[in-house]
Amino acid sequence: MEEKQNFQTSLDFNQNTFKPSTREEIVEIVKNCYKKNIPLEISGLQSKNKIGRNFQAEKTLDLSNYKGIIDYKPEELYIKVKAGTPISEIEEVLKKNNQQLAFEPNDFGYLFSGESNSGSIGGVVACNFAGSRRFKVGSVRDHLLGFQGVNGKGETIKSGGTVVKNVTGYDLCKILSGSFGTLTVLTEISIKVLPKPETSKTLIIKNSHVKKALDYLGQSLSSSTDPSGGVFYPDYFGKNFILNDLTHDGGLTGIRIEGPTNSVDQRIDRLSKELALINSEYSVLDNVQTEIFWNKTKNLEVFKNSKSNLIRIVVPISETLQVIQTLKKDDLNYFIDWGGSLIWMAFDHLNLKILSEIKEITKNHQGYYTLIKIEDDFKASADIFTIDPIKYKISEKIKKSFDPKRIFNPGKMYTGI
Amino acid sequence: MSSLQMPKVDSSILSKKDKIVSDIGRIINPKNVLSHPDELRPFETDGLTAYRQMPLVVVMPETVEEVSNILKYCNDNKVKVVPRGAGTGLSGGSLPLEDCVLMAMGKFNKILEIDYENRCVVTQPCVTNLAITHAVQDKGFYYAPDPSSQIACSIGGNVAENSGGVHSLKYGATTNNLLGIEVVLMDGTITKFGGKAMDSEGYDFLGLMTGSEGLLGVITEVTVKILKSPEIVKAALIGFPTIEDAGNCVAEIIAEGCIPAGMEIMDKALTKATNDYSKAGYPTDAEAMMIVEFDGTEHEVEAYIEKAKQIAEKNNSSSLKVSKSNEERLKFWAGRKAAFPACGVLAPDYMCMDGSIPRGKLAEVLKEITRLSKKYDLPVANAFHAGDGNLHPLIMFDANDKNSLKKCEEFGADILKYCVKVGGALTGEHGVGIEKRELMCEAFNDKDIQQQLTIKVALDPNSLLNPGKVYPILRKCAEEGRVHVHGGKTKFPDIPRF
Repeated sequence: MEEKQNFQTSLDFNQNTFKPSTREEIVEIVKNCYKKNIPLEISGLQSKNKIGRNFQAEKTLDLSNYKGIIDYKPEELYIKVKAGTPISEIEEVLKKNNQQLAFEPNDFGYLFSGESNSGSIGGVVACNFAGSRRFKVGSVRDHLLGFQGVNGKGETIKSGGTVVKNVTGYDLCKILSGSFGTLTVLTEISIKVLPKPETSKTLIIKNSHVKKALDYLGQSLSSSTDPSGGVFYPDYFGKNFILNDLTHDGGLTGIRIEGPTNSVDQRIDRLSKELALINSEYSVLDNVQTEIFWNKTKNLEVFKNSKSNLIRIVVPISETLQVIQTLKKDDLNYFIDWGGSLIWMAFDHLNLKILSEIKEITKNHQGYYTLIKIEDDFKASADIFTIDPIKYKISEKIKKSFDPKRIFNPGKMYTGI
Repeated sequence: MSSLQMPKVDSSILSKKDKIVSDIGRIINPKNVLSHPDELRPFETDGLTAYRQMPLVVVMPETVEEVSNILKYCNDNKVKVVPRGAGTGLSGGSLPLEDCVLMAMGKFNKILEIDYENRCVVTQPCVTNLAITHAVQDKGFYYAPDPSSQIACSIGGNVAENSGGVHSLKYGATTNNLLGIEVVLMDGTITKFGGKAMDSEGYDFLGLMTGSEGLLGVITEVTVKILKSPEIVKAALIGFPTIEDAGNCVAEIIAEGCIPAGMEIMDKALTKATNDYSKAGYPTDAEAMMIVEFDGTEHEVEAYIEKAKQIAEKNNSSSLKVSKSNEERLKFWAGRKAAFPACGVLAPDYMCMDGSIPRGKLAEVLKEITRLSKKYDLPVANAFHAGDGNLHPLIMFDANDKNSLKKCEEFGADILKYCVKVGGALTGEHGVGIEKRELMCEAFNDKDIQQQLTIKVALDPNSLLNPGKVYPILRKCAEEGRVHVHGGKTKFPDIPRF
């Protein structure tokens, strides 16, 4: 599939926002910007555009019109879509075939705008933020089977395909996942889909103490009951969950078990015994309540309309307690996902001093952080992502190999990249 | 050595052999620098034995600093370096070059840390895949990816090739089970990508390095995640009157929402050959035979086995047996795992291909292979990781007959091209190496390949690290060699291969 060199479209290059609906248009826009050194902001459905550093781009490449399902083969467990396709549309189609995106993409809409906006598939791949099933099924990058995209010179490139087993050439799917649109404009995405489990239930343990919660989570994840979600909400968030079978509104640990109905019941029962729980200490959420509970978790709904700054911290589970204890201040709210490895932490007040402390602490505990939501005037000076000098140098080289003139989202991740 | 073109030999490097040996002998213990032809011989090939080449010198570093200093020295002096793990790779990824320093990582053979709290193992790269499971199984854990050469292949090699295995449908390949690596770049830079925490920040270099076949860096440490062993594992052995029935059964099992731990199909030729060889009790009258395995808790496995049974019956299964014990389950697998030696009995030589196809195309592809088998007048037996669409045709031929070898190579290339044509891939788990290098343009166009080469140049500007592998040198789609086995003997005949 060679590029047509002189493809002509009716694109008006004087406009500030391009809204292409064909790949040929995207190619033409990028080629033009490459030639004239025009920086481009790559944009999808605006659900995560506030994550990342502030940067100046002369033009915006809005992919929201470049959408649609190209090919969906339920029995082959993949769906191939255009990058601007809304996640909600994909999930709707999969649901009809009793399938799902197993990595549970976060919906950042509640956090940023107070209402649902799960964004586009292109945005989800570009950010590589996975939901609660992460420790069991992997991240977004583990489900990306192949892509087609346009690099910084306007060349159409591809990697991977639609089959799960493919080791032909470098795995560019991985390097593009989480690259925040700084390497390539994704055009087509083939993503792995999986059957929805027959039953999902959640063991809810009443407890307010993070140390105890981490013990529960660690024990569950190392048991053969095979959980697919593990969270801890401290007391102040307990009241956010009003569910039929939830009998208290304090702190809670939630552990999700999925699979054939019989097996789920058996495993829930076994897990409650393994954790030595007495009846009054726990309750079990059925399918419907389980869906509500975990949707609220992946959608970060406890932070809905919150004015606080939000930081996403990932550390090995053994470090979580210490990180929380070291960072704990009065104005701090947090909850724990990924079975103990992911801490969503909200700070009412943040400044460079506190931030450099957080950076130091997460680094010392073998983890990393990403600033998800921060005050605008503070954004310009803060490090949104953590990186060390060696990786910065390598990142510069990789950036150059895809986007030699730095026209895609320049500076969105790091200065100079 | 066949006529496969390799990078131009730098005669100035050859003439400086003594100096290179003594220079590196000052960087590392001189005892770990091998230069006599007798010492070099064991390193002249890997699992792809059709190709052989003695390296200029073999170095066996013991620390990451030594790896870094050697690479830096080679980079400064424009000496090519070929990294090597256990040397079991089937695509020729660690085939030496005449003017290269072969970096044998064999001394990196220790498990460094077992961390049950974070459910991971930190290990040096030349520890074998199976040794990781052995180290944690007393606590009921295991490492999921299980390439069939797992008793011998190294975990570092697994990372370089992104190895899969029978269970990769449910548990993923190496890339999905890896948490971090320490790597040394060609300029000597030592860095870590990932660690014990899940995912990493910024560009996913861990993912890029995995499966890069030793072209981007030398791996010196690996952190893998370990899983709790399933409570029970059961398998069903199912015969089908036609390949189509077997193919439909696979598709339906997946569509029903049961993801088996492993799902294998063999055609009639291989079923008979393996049954004769291992007395596994296979239904030899069936046109296709399937082994489907489920793992998990008791109720879960029972529910899935029952569902699989119903689907098989609906698809005209001619026989069906469910394992009653672990011994019986292992017996089901014994024949399948003996696929290579069983073919060795049938013909003087065979080549194992490794293509990936959409599951639903199995019948179509096997029909095409049968047609090609008639066209080239060479027998073929087929093994298929049906769950994830990974096809391993074994083409039988006689290497003493030049025409037979040539026909076999053409046959193999035609199969892989057909895999790509139906929407599959050139290689599912063996890697490109030198074996499928010239077929890369079947899967990628110039721009795709150029983008990949640009990444290579960004990290290794002089193209000194494992050159001549993966990417075509002439950019013409010639048809080159395959896994070639003579007299039923692979390089390591005792390692299971499938």
